[in-house]
Amino acid sequence: MLATLLMGATQAAAGGTVFDQWWLAIKDKALAGNLDFWENIYKEIYQNILFNNRWLNYLKGMGITLEVSFFAALFGLFLGMLLAMMRLSGIRPLQKIAGVYVGIIRGTPMLLQVLIINFGLFGSIAIDRVVIGVIACGINSAAYVSEIIRSGILSVDLGQTEAGRSLGLSSWQTLRLIVFPQALKTALPSLCNEFITLIKETSILAYIALTELTKAGDYIRSKTYSAFTPYIVSGILYLIVTGVLTKLLSKLERRLRQGDNR
Amino acid sequence: MITVKDLHKHFGKLEVLNGINQHIRAGEKVVIIGPSGSGKSTFLRCLNLLEKPTSGQIFFEGTEITDPKTDIDALRCRMGMVFQQFNLFPHLTVMENITLAPVTHKMMTRDEAQKKAKALLSRVGLPEKADAYPKQLSGGQQQRIAIVRALAMNPDVMLFDEPTSALDPEMVGEVLDVMRKLAEDGMTMVVVTHEMGFAREVGDRVLFMDGGVVLEEGTPGALFAHPANARTQDFLRKVL
Repeated sequence: MLATLLMGATQAAAGGTVFDQWWLAIKDKALAGNLDFWENIYKEIYQNILFNNRWLNYLKGMGITLEVSFFAALFGLFLGMLLAMMRLSGIRPLQKIAGVYVGIIRGTPMLLQVLIINFGLFGSIAIDRVVIGVIACGINSAAYVSEIIRSGILSVDLGQTEAGRSLGLSSWQTLRLIVFPQALKTALPSLCNEFITLIKETSILAYIALTELTKAGDYIRSKTYSAFTPYIVSGILYLIVTGVLTKLLSKLERRLRQGDNR
Repeated sequence: MITVKDLHKHFGKLEVLNGINQHIRAGEKVVIIGPSGSGKSTFLRCLNLLEKPTSGQIFFEGTEITDPKTDIDALRCRMGMVFQQFNLFPHLTVMENITLAPVTHKMMTRDEAQKKAKALLSRVGLPEKADAYPKQLSGGQQQRIAIVRALAMNPDVMLFDEPTSALDPEMVGEVLDVMRKLAEDGMTMVVVTHEMGFAREVGDRVLFMDGGVVLEEGTPGALFAHPANARTQDFLRKVL
């Protein structure tokens, strides 16, 4: 198998970029199986990243991961807010529905939810897997977001609501103008955590053959039989995404905190 | 202006208000005193329905506010309320705190509301604090702003729920001064307080509450000098 792989690499390298030249220089040693440490590393990089423009696979996977995460986060945020308000509405049936929803989603594995949504709900419908991924991850995230927002709203002193209502504001105006802005500030760190978790959890969608970042790495592994390198490349890309996001969000948080000290 | 008929309020099994009948006239300053747990704050909070009465009726300017069909938000626009804990909105500036409600209700344009807020801020001696946030202010300043916030709605009556109880002693005076001025301007006021000096000086009528009823009432002169009820006598002996 390795031999065919290496042959394939050689053929493709006929064009001969500098990377291909380097590879050709150690190809025979690789076939004989006596590469030294650094040569081995180059072999891994060449086969798993450079050859056949395989780095594009990772980037495409990362694109899909970002796309699914972004829309799932948006969907989850709206649905989560709705659920939080249902739970705090004081209307018994709405509270029950939202409570059961959160209970089911938090009490079952996300993988199971994804499988049910993919094969159960959309099993017989031709629909883009990205859309399924957004729906599945959004539905899951909404349960956690609703709890975060609910506790944020509950953390705002009751006196704030009373002050708003005593000024003749309706309960909706009081929520929107007075309670919600304060709740959001409290909830922001947990909300950011949830978004970062969401990005990582989209990797479960590999299970329904959506070629996001994890599946992309897995695909390369299935071509090269390298046990580590493709996954490590995927991992580094995840780290870059979550790292940048963490930086941005902590900046936003600092900005909000400054408001307190003004 | 406000008429209360046989007002009862229960919290579960606990009976907090046990049949209160009162009539508060326009321009009157009513001061409510009594030991803690006597139901005086609950009574006040029933007047603008922050507390829902268990039974009984409350009429405000001819409208029954205890009627479920009444638009309570519209009535609350004409009833200002000042809380023990100020309850200013911490995420808004002083100016935004004051103008939020009048502008949201479209009672005034933003410009008009700001003009009015500036005038009111000058009246309470805080014209330079318009752009400050509540956290930057002392308790006394916050409470004066809270009074301005309620006044910005042009209310017909002002309800005060122990407005000086959360303040450091040296700040009580500045808040009472503002309330005194308000009284001189003819505002109808209902004040729950432990400040007996204020009650004596500003009150037209003092209600002594205990056990969820008004045990005794009268002009401050009469009530403080010759309390008839034994419990009133006992209470006044302790606080004066």
